[in-house]
Amino acid sequence: MGSIFDILGPVMVGPSSSHTAGAARIGMIARQLFGRQPEKAAVYLHGSFAATGKGHGTDKALIAGLLGMKPDDMRIPDSFKIAKEEGMEFIIEPREIKEAHPNTAQIIMDAEGVNTMKIQAYSIGGGRIRVCKLDGIDVNFSGESNTLIIRNVDEPGRIKEVAAALSDAQINIATMQVFRDKRGGYAVMVVETDQIVPREAMGDLESKKGIIRVKFLLAN
Amino acid sequence: MSYQSMEEAQTRCGKEGIEFWKAVQLEDAEERGVTEADSWKEMKRMWRAMLDGLDAYDPELMSRSRMVGKEGGLVDAYRAAGDTLCGDFMAKVMSNALKMGCNNACMKRIVAAPTAGACGVMPAVLVTYYREYDVPEEKMIEALYVAAGVGQIIANRAYLAGASGGCQAEVGSGSGMAASAICHVKGGSTAQIGHACAMALKNLMGLVCDPVGGLVEVPCVKRNVGGAFNAIAAADMALAGIESQIPVDQVIDAMKEVGDKMDVSLRETGIGGVAGSLRAAEVVARMNM
Repeated sequence: MGSIFDILGPVMVGPSSSHTAGAARIGMIARQLFGRQPEKAAVYLHGSFAATGKGHGTDKALIAGLLGMKPDDMRIPDSFKIAKEEGMEFIIEPREIKEAHPNTAQIIMDAEGVNTMKIQAYSIGGGRIRVCKLDGIDVNFSGESNTLIIRNVDEPGRIKEVAAALSDAQINIATMQVFRDKRGGYAVMVVETDQIVPREAMGDLESKKGIIRVKFLLAN
Repeated sequence: MSYQSMEEAQTRCGKEGIEFWKAVQLEDAEERGVTEADSWKEMKRMWRAMLDGLDAYDPELMSRSRMVGKEGGLVDAYRAAGDTLCGDFMAKVMSNALKMGCNNACMKRIVAAPTAGACGVMPAVLVTYYREYDVPEEKMIEALYVAAGVGQIIANRAYLAGASGGCQAEVGSGSGMAASAICHVKGGSTAQIGHACAMALKNLMGLVCDPVGGLVEVPCVKRNVGGAFNAIAAADMALAGIESQIPVDQVIDAMKEVGDKMDVSLRETGIGGVAGSLRAAEVVARMNM
């Protein structure tokens, strides 16, 4: 990275690119990973997010992100009220997280009929973030590129299938990372792609044996 | 690969017979794989966001800590009475710097330039000039390229974050960027753009980052006025033919050295400087109630 629009920009709601814009982005990415607006959200703030979060509107920005607002959305200061209107329940509490980056948030999302999702992410400044844990598995992605996130059973052949499906859809893989909790347990593939992954390819992947969940984040 | 030095950028300008802003735009298009037109469109969006941001100021709003918010309105009223020390134009610069800083503290929309804490410097200089002198908008967008190019060189050789190098990296860099930008608007040469930046950076070298309670409010909002005034002074000096005796690249390197030596209590930790004052402790205690 390091484009001139990291120097001049982003356009954002203040007061802090790390504590406000980054926090909104963490909420927004969490919502996209969850695939819908959570009905219940538990947000835990660590380190500097816990210490100065209130004065920086970190709490309001995270909830705004969960409501689908971008970091430049003028409604961020009113996010608590909007969450109430839209029926999204939430709690926000400080929490000490071992060995976490100072600007870390943990979010647990729930909704009727879908599995609970837990993500941990941190803000690195300039409005940019990293997701570092997804349902307890260590990951590392920013959401700045088109990103395909696949939750699968850790067994031979799954990576090959994903690569083949993407190849069939004429999609070029830019980067690919694989993570797992333990041998033969659950794994996560984080695949950054040059093209947008079409719905059909997503459905194709989801129908494969051993693949639990497929989510696509559009570069933003 | 973005420019690592002003010298490198100036060499390209000389070789290709282009202006500095164009060299920055071409580099952006190459780096991100977009057309020059797309790059321009994005820069225009930044410019328009600065204009809209200033217009959205509300003097009735107060920040969450209630330390800042009304300053822009106070200066507007003071200026309207027609008896300022610094004159009408500079009073407008002052009020616009405060307005943007207050907007940021009050959770309104701003353009980080280079950071949210320093967001008032660039619009205070550029938007005020644009509205006062009726300059074509294209010229202002060119100026934003100049600022971004200078900022990128600072980022490559030093830093732009208060936590890394103190406020000299934030308001200092913003002031250097604004000095170069307004110098371009006034027809300054590529060399003058460099001198303007160098002089602005030197004047704010060593500035510490000491936010009360860790919030981007005190002394940040008012410090944007310092950055904006300093930028205009530096640009005027450069346009008058004054040269920085130290080349801008070496000034940036010196700024890095100073930032590296700066105690951590003075780098956005909310511990040293005015953040360590008795009053700051009272403010923090009041907020935690």
